[in-house]
Amino acid sequence: RKNVEDFTGPRERSDLGFVTFDITADILNGKNGLQTFWNKNTLMLFFIFDWNVKQLFLYLSAEYSTKNNALNQVVLWDKIILRGDNPRLSLKDMKSKYFFFDDGNGLKGNRNITLTLSWNVVPNAGILPLVTGSGHVSVPFPDTYETTKSY
Amino acid sequence: CRSGSGGNRGGAAMDLFGDLRRMNKRQLYYQVLNFAMIVSSALMIWKGLIVVTGSESPIVVVLSGSMEPAFHRGDLLFLTNFHDDPIRAGEIVVFKVEGRDIPIVHRVIKVHEKGNGNIKFLTKGDNNEVDDRGLYKEGQNWLEKKDVVGRARGFLPYVGMVTIIMNDYPKFKYALLAVMGAYVLLKRES
Repeated sequence: RKNVEDFTGPRERSDLGFVTFDITADILNGKNGLQTFWNKNTLMLFFIFDWNVKQLFLYLSAEYSTKNNALNQVVLWDKIILRGDNPRLSLKDMKSKYFFFDDGNGLKGNRNITLTLSWNVVPNAGILPLVTGSGHVSVPFPDTYETTKSY
Repeated sequence: CRSGSGGNRGGAAMDLFGDLRRMNKRQLYYQVLNFAMIVSSALMIWKGLIVVTGSESPIVVVLSGSMEPAFHRGDLLFLTNFHDDPIRAGEIVVFKVEGRDIPIVHRVIKVHEKGNGNIKFLTKGDNNEVDDRGLYKEGQNWLEKKDVVGRARGFLPYVGMVTIIMNDYPKFKYALLAVMGAYVLLKRES
């Protein structure tokens, strides 16, 4: 479950969004290929770390539409998981790793911002697949700006 | 093959020079044509790859450690650059900064696309703390489709090291070329 506190702050002439979220991912060795599903508060990620997987590049991206741009995608957070790393991933109340700047003022009052978890499989040799998780969360931003910046 | 007409059969070096002298003109031309055919075939395959992938440089060597631990210096990347492929966040793209020749391999972290298909995007190396704005041209804040050489679709580790060694040690490159040339010219088809 992603906890979202939204307040936007204007910075020069672009909207800056602040999002906090919780991600708990248990990366298990499943036999059924790539699967994701939400289990109560936990994002379950089944992935096979076989001999030809060197690492997994996980990232959380926000996708939305504004008056200025028909499509916007911003990566808020990413993590590299190497084969052999601790398979349990639990991040609570994370701030987004990167600044969520819009190209313009399209965040204010935007009701439909979709957060999706995706990943890039890096093999030891071979094809580089990019996969988008099947679950996603919609996040609405409020109609007003925050005047005090409490980050 | 014609048997030699005597001559000193001392060491291997003497044999080599003996061979060269005994080769008549037609055989020499034949060897040269053979060599030219090999070079032409290689060029055709390369051009064919350029057409099929849509990228001006479908195979590139990773030159820096900015995408570690995914890619290391010396790894080989295979690219495609289809016109209808949209640029999306999370993709690994190879791009060239305007005015510079060096291709850079990084990941797309921001995309803003207008209704008419106009795309501007921002990149960052996985292993870098900051985004690539410092690498772009003076005053340039975004990359566009025209800056893209291709999207990374596949990769082979270590294989590109040969190119880097040849670049850093030109003597090695000349030695390799000399050996290859000598081999092709002197190879006999009997």
